[in-house]
Amino acid sequence: MSKVKSEYLINRKDNQYEVVIGLEVHAQVTSESKLFSTSSTKFGAEPNTQVSLVDAAFPGMLPVINEFCVKQAIKTGIGLNAKINNRSVFDRKNYFYADLPQGYQISQFKDPIVGEGKVILDMPEGQKEIGIERLHLEQDAGKSIHDLDPQSTYVDLNRSGVALMEIVSKPDLRSPDEVSAYIKKLRSIMRYLGTCDGNMQEGSLRADVNVSVRAKGSKDLGTRCEIKNVNSIKFMQMAIDYEANRQVDLIEEGKSIDQETRLFDTRKNETRSMRSKEDAHDYRYFPDPDLLPLEVSNEFINKLKSEIPELPDDKKKRFIKDFKVSPYEANILVSDIDTAKYFEEVVTKMGKNKDIKLAVNWITGELFAVLNNKNLEISQSPISSKNLAILVNLIKNGTISGKIAKTVFELMMDGDKDPQKIVEEKGLKQQSDPKALEALIDKIINDNRQKAIEYKQGKEKLFGFFVGQAMKASGGKANPQLINEILKKKL
Amino acid sequence: MSDITKQSLSELVKNIKEKKLSSKEVTKAFIDRSEKSKELNAYISEDYSSALEKAKKFDEKPNLDLKLPGIPMAVKDLFCTKNIRTTAGSKILNNFVPTYESTVTQNIWNEGAILLGKLNCDEFAMGSSNETSFFGNVQNPIDKNLVPGGSSGGSASAVAGQLTPITIGTDTGGSIRQPASFTGIVGLKPTYGSCSRYGIVAFASSLDQAGPMAQNVKDCALLQEIISTYDSKDSTSVDFKRNEYSKDLTKNIKGKKIGIPKEYRVDGMPKEIEELWQKGIQYAKDCGAEIIDITLPHTSYALPAYYIVAPAEASSNLARYDGVKYGFRAQGENLIDMYEKTRSEGFGAEVQRRIMIGTYVLSSGYYDAYYLKAQRVRKLIKNDFDEVYKKVDAILTPSTPSSAFKIGEKKDDPVSMYLNDIFTVPVNLAGLPGISIPAGHDLKGYPLGLQIIGKAFDEQNILNIAYAMEEKIGFKNKINDWWIK
Repeated sequence: MSKVKSEYLINRKDNQYEVVIGLEVHAQVTSESKLFSTSSTKFGAEPNTQVSLVDAAFPGMLPVINEFCVKQAIKTGIGLNAKINNRSVFDRKNYFYADLPQGYQISQFKDPIVGEGKVILDMPEGQKEIGIERLHLEQDAGKSIHDLDPQSTYVDLNRSGVALMEIVSKPDLRSPDEVSAYIKKLRSIMRYLGTCDGNMQEGSLRADVNVSVRAKGSKDLGTRCEIKNVNSIKFMQMAIDYEANRQVDLIEEGKSIDQETRLFDTRKNETRSMRSKEDAHDYRYFPDPDLLPLEVSNEFINKLKSEIPELPDDKKKRFIKDFKVSPYEANILVSDIDTAKYFEEVVTKMGKNKDIKLAVNWITGELFAVLNNKNLEISQSPISSKNLAILVNLIKNGTISGKIAKTVFELMMDGDKDPQKIVEEKGLKQQSDPKALEALIDKIINDNRQKAIEYKQGKEKLFGFFVGQAMKASGGKANPQLINEILKKKL
Repeated sequence: MSDITKQSLSELVKNIKEKKLSSKEVTKAFIDRSEKSKELNAYISEDYSSALEKAKKFDEKPNLDLKLPGIPMAVKDLFCTKNIRTTAGSKILNNFVPTYESTVTQNIWNEGAILLGKLNCDEFAMGSSNETSFFGNVQNPIDKNLVPGGSSGGSASAVAGQLTPITIGTDTGGSIRQPASFTGIVGLKPTYGSCSRYGIVAFASSLDQAGPMAQNVKDCALLQEIISTYDSKDSTSVDFKRNEYSKDLTKNIKGKKIGIPKEYRVDGMPKEIEELWQKGIQYAKDCGAEIIDITLPHTSYALPAYYIVAPAEASSNLARYDGVKYGFRAQGENLIDMYEKTRSEGFGAEVQRRIMIGTYVLSSGYYDAYYLKAQRVRKLIKNDFDEVYKKVDAILTPSTPSSAFKIGEKKDDPVSMYLNDIFTVPVNLAGLPGISIPAGHDLKGYPLGLQIIGKAFDEQNILNIAYAMEEKIGFKNKINDWWIK
C-alpha cells in the first residue's frame, strides 16, 4: 500500500499554508458528586435543584476535595501516558460573572495534577503522535440563560462546581481530520477508563480550539486565535476551516493577525471576535488558601495503575495478534469499549471452529447498519453477542447461506431470537443433499432445453440463469456451491 | 444574687450545676445588663426573647453534665448562626440570614450554651478599632469615646462590660488579642487549624482563626477546649490530639523557657509599654520560668507582608458579595452596573481599600513583586519562630504598642491604624497560638496587655503560663459602668 500523506494545506496563488492547531478539551469527570461538594452531578435535573451552599458560595462555606475526582484525573493521566504529579495546587481564577457564584473558579494553574503525555492517532497515512501538555482539575461554572425573559437573565447553578478535566494538547494537530481523530481517541480512552462519558450533546466534552497558520515548511508559530467552547467535532472542523482561511486571507492581504478570543457562530458558519488580547481578563491567579496542596503518593498512583483496564492501543495490538484481524478492522473494533467487548464475546461464544473474519464482517456490516439506523449504542444492541455468534456459526458450518442469514438476522431483531430456532421453524436450512439437488437441476435443464443448448454452444452467460432457476426452485435454500458443481457437471 | 453578671464563667457554671442559679436567672441578668448598655453598641442583633425561652427549657430539664449548662453568651457577628441574621458588620449582608450554623458556634450550643445575640465588629473583620462597622462605633467600657479595639470590638466590649460572661471572636492579624488588651480581658488566638473555619464569614482564609475571649485564663481554656474540634468540612482543619485545656491547666511553669525577642522593642513605643514588658518578665521569673533573650530577625517585615497577603485573599473572598445570590443588591442598568453599584454602596471605605490593595497585588505584573514576595517573607517569619522554638517554650511580648485610643483619633490614618497590629500579626503569619492577658494600666488607667506566643498546637503551654502569670499580676479591671444611667 502506498503511503499518501493527505496534507491539509490552504492554497493561495503561489503560497501554501499549513495550519497549526492545539486543543484545550474540557471533559466532565464521571462522578456522582461535584469536585468540592456533595451535590449530585446528574444531567437534566430541574434548574437549581443540585446546588449546595458551597456551590452557591454562601458566606463561610468551604471547598472539600472529592477524592474520587482526583482518582479519575490520575487514571485519565495514566491513560494519556502522562506524568502524574505527586504534588499539585488548586488556584483561584478570579473573575466576575453571574453564573460564577464564588467570583472565582477553583482550577489548577502552575502545578497541575498531570503533566506531559501523549496520544497516538491512527490516520489513513499512518500513526501520528500528539503531545499532551498537561491535564488539570477545575470547577465548572453555572449556566446563564438569557432567552427566558426579555429583561432578565436566569442562572442555573446545577452545573456549578461539577468537576472538569482540562486536557491541553501541544500544538501538534495539523488538520480538521486530525482534530476529529484526536477528540475521538481522547473520548475512547476516557470511556475505557470510565472517567468521562464523552457525551458532547450534554456538554460533557467540549473544547477551546487554538488555530494559527504559517507558510508551509516554516518552523515558526503564527499568531494564534482561540475559538472558545466548541461542542461538537463537526463544529470544531468547520470552525478550524473557517478560521484558518480567515487568517490566510489576512496574511495574503498583508494584514496582521490579532491574538484574540473568538466565538464560532454555528448558524453563520463563521468565527467572530469575542475579546482582544488587550481586553483579556487578568484572572489574578493565586493558590486557594481554603485548600491545601494536593499530595498523592507513588503508592496511591501505582494502586490506580493496577486498576487500569486494557486501553485501545493495547487492545488493538492484541486483536491483530490473537484474532488476525487487519489493523483497519482492529481500529474499528477497539475505538469503542463496548464494541470491543461485544466482539470478544462473539469470538468466545463461537467456540472452537470459528470464523473470526466472518464475525467481524457481520458486526461492522449488518449490525452497525442496524444500530446506526435505530440510533442505538452497541450496548443496546437488539441482537445479543451470543445469538450473533450462533448465526455466524450457522453460516460457517453450511447450515444456511449468507443470503439466508440476512433474512434470519432480520427476524432475530424481534426480541433477540435464537437464529437456530428461526432456521428450524421457518425451514430455512440449506439444501445440501446432492441427490435432491441433482433431481431439481435435471428438471430445470429439461424444462429449458433450448437454453441448455445455447449454453453448450458457448453462451456462457446463461450459467447464471440456471443458478438463479435452481435457487428459485429451492426457495433460496439450495447450497450455492453444490448447485454450481452439479450444473457444471450436467450442462 | 444581684451580681450575677460580675461572676466569671467558672463561677456561673458552678452555681448552675449546684442549682444555686437557674439558667433563666443568669440569662435574664445578662439580658437586663445588655439592655441597659445600649450605649456601648456592642450588639448588632439581639435574640433575647428566644434566649429566655431556651433558658426556661433548659431549666425544665437541665443537663448538668454539659460544659456550658444553660450559659448565655453572645458571639461575634462573623459566625453564621442558623436563622439568626449574620452581617459581618457590613451593609452588604445587612439582610442575610444563614440556614446553617458555623462549626464553632455549633460546638458551643452542643455544650448547652444559649445565644444572646450577635456582637458588633469591624466590617468583615477589617479594622483595629471597630470603627469600620456599618452598625456604628462600639464604646470601650473602660472610658467614654474610647475604642474597644478591633475587629472583635463588640465582643471585647461585651465581655469587659459584663454583657456576656464569655464570647468568641476571630483573629486574622490581632482581632482577638488587641481588643482583649484594650478592654482588660483575656483573648486567645489558637493555632491555625485548631478551630474550624466552616461557617465563619471569611476575611483572609490562611490567617483567620476563631478563638475564645473571657474574663480570665481559666474561662478561656474551657471555651477553647469546647470550640477546638477537628472538622472535615474545613480542609485546613488539623486532626491533632486536643487537650482538655481547662482540666489540664496548671500554674506550675517552673523551668519553662520564655524568650524575649529584641525586635519587638520598636521605635516610638511608649515607655509604659516597655515598663509593662519588664514587669511581665519579672512575673514570669517569679513563676519560676527561665528568661532567654532571642531574636526574630524578620519581624519588621511582618506587617507589610501581612498587608499584602490579607488583602489579596480578602479581595478574592469578598468577590462572592455581588448582589446576585443574597445580601444587598443595588439596582443597575446591566450586570456590570449592578455589580459596581452593589459593591460601592454595600462595602465601606476600609473594605474597599483592602479589596483594591488585594486586587492590585495579585494583578499580572505585580504578583511576583508583591504577593509572591510577601509569601516568601511569611516563610522567613515562620522559620524565625521555628529556630527560636528550639531554645524556648514560649515567647513573651506586649500585646499592642499602645493602650486604647479615642474614637476617631486614627480613623483617617490607615497606616497608623495598621501599626496597632505590629506585635500580633507575626503570630498569624506563622500560624501560631497567642494569648493576650491584661497585665497593667497606663497613666490614664487604661488596661495594657501582654502576649504569650506558643508553639503550634501547644495551646496548653501558653494557657498555663498565662494562668500562672495572671495570679502574680493580680489585674483588676477598672469598670465604673459609666454608660449605665
